[in-house]
Amino acid sequence: MRVEQIAVFLENKSGRLAEITSIIAEEGVNIRALSVADTADFGILRLIVDDVEKAKAALKGKGFTVGITNVLAVEVSDQVGGLAKVLRSIETAGLNVEYMYAFVNKSGENAVLIFRFEDMNKAIDSLLGDGYTLLTGEQICAL
Amino acid sequence: MTTVYWEEEIETLPRVGLESIQLKRLQRLVARVYDKVEPYRKKMDEAGVKPSDIQSLADLSKLPFTYKDDLRDNYPFGLFTVPLDQVVRVHASSGTTGKPTVVGYTEDDIKLWSGVMARAFCCAGANSGDMVHNAYGYGLFTGGLGAHYGAERLGATVIPVSGGNTKRQINIMRDFGSTVLMATPSYALNLADAMCDAGVDPSSLSLKVGIFGAEPWSENMREEVERKLNLKAVDIYGLSEIIGPGVAMECLKSSGGMHVFEDHFLPEIIDPDTGEVLPPGEKGELVFTTLTKEAFPLIRYRTKDISRLMYETCSCGRTLVRMEKITGRTDDMLIIRGVNVFPSQVEHVLMGIDGVEPHYQIVVEREGNLDTMQVQVEVSENVFSDEIRMLENLSKKIKADIKDYLGVTCTVKLVEPKTIQRSEGKAQRVFDNRKL
Repeated sequence: MRVEQIAVFLENKSGRLAEITSIIAEEGVNIRALSVADTADFGILRLIVDDVEKAKAALKGKGFTVGITNVLAVEVSDQVGGLAKVLRSIETAGLNVEYMYAFVNKSGENAVLIFRFEDMNKAIDSLLGDGYTLLTGEQICAL
Repeated sequence: MTTVYWEEEIETLPRVGLESIQLKRLQRLVARVYDKVEPYRKKMDEAGVKPSDIQSLADLSKLPFTYKDDLRDNYPFGLFTVPLDQVVRVHASSGTTGKPTVVGYTEDDIKLWSGVMARAFCCAGANSGDMVHNAYGYGLFTGGLGAHYGAERLGATVIPVSGGNTKRQINIMRDFGSTVLMATPSYALNLADAMCDAGVDPSSLSLKVGIFGAEPWSENMREEVERKLNLKAVDIYGLSEIIGPGVAMECLKSSGGMHVFEDHFLPEIIDPDTGEVLPPGEKGELVFTTLTKEAFPLIRYRTKDISRLMYETCSCGRTLVRMEKITGRTDDMLIIRGVNVFPSQVEHVLMGIDGVEPHYQIVVEREGNLDTMQVQVEVSENVFSDEIRMLENLSKKIKADIKDYLGVTCTVKLVEPKTIQRSEGKAQRVFDNRKL
């Protein structure tokens, strides 16, 4: 049910993002989804890729600080109100979202929401209970 | 383990006997420099003191101080007390803050230096069976050759590897079976990181003790080095003006504090502002008088190092006074909005936080009329999180701990690993960009 996500620490310096993505590309690793969270001094790049271990080794080899964390990938239909509905469900369950980002696979079909929850087990139970589909890492890569 | 001394009789001499030797040597020294070195004679005449006024060790305080500027003013050889044909070696400082300071040694001075360094090795538990990995820089800097000659005098095997070429150093340590590491503490950490990158487990090496000096370092840094390199880390003190490394050395039984080889180097602690001699145990600036050096003796040399002297008996049996680990220098002391800050204090705070890397630097700026201090810290995997909140909490914790410990508000900047320059000698921790 859980999807492995790579997180990379980066200083707010020009060219850093380009460098990281090039390193991953050189390894032949495909990025499925990404988000950057930033503050005035630093940012955290979060990536869902088709080969976590390969990407991690390549980035560590170039001196980056890399962490692997588990996130949930929730599939919702790509139509008006799709996100609002799942967020209401999360709120009702009293779940605390650390962060989220989303990507749309093919227009008119499904969207995938990536969530990091404080209490992952409770989130899995609650979302499955409300009838949502949680994607595995393989499923995301196969999209 | 029984303590092994290099010169047991002198190292364990009761204080009365030691002071009697010191006084005789001091009287001889003062008479000699007054007779032979014009700048000393001039200073003493101006202060109204004659060699015959030195009747007790307490009379030392009548003599004028010698400053680094005196060395520069008499550059290069003006303070030497022997003709140059008796000088067998010279060393010099880098001269980054002005003219270099030049020091000279007679053949006997080199023997003396080797002898005090051999004592220092014994303090660290080293002996003739050891393989001494000497990563102090060779050249005009006194660290490399000072340690080298001392290790040879001890009868140990020296690897004169010098600084730099870190990967090769690790191969040599592994292949040659280095047992004693000599380096600056910041380079020791650099070596530890490089071992980690190369997949070399320090516990597979033969290192047992590291003798680290040439820059101030904190107790927390000591723990870090000991853990990362799997050895016992001891502190050595010296400065080229006095002789080089081997002025004072920590023994394995001391709980902090280095034995000053005070039969050769007479220490005082003074108030750096007033010059007044402070009572035993008080903290202040270290001042040294060389008692036995021939080519380049110094009287009451202001080291700018902050320490204190501890006369309590050490369990190793040595009666030689101990000086506390240098916590800072009067010249690397930053004054941030009126508060005295030493880089080693910042280091102490950082090393006390779980997972924080020992690589840091301090950037000081003046914005308007206000000093700002930024502490830059590398983010390692141990402290990294995919959540902004956690990293911001880390910054806040560092900031709060520095405020608690130093009384200064700073900003904390988390930076990517390996972006702070690694040193192969003395680390530069402070970038003071204030234009005053």
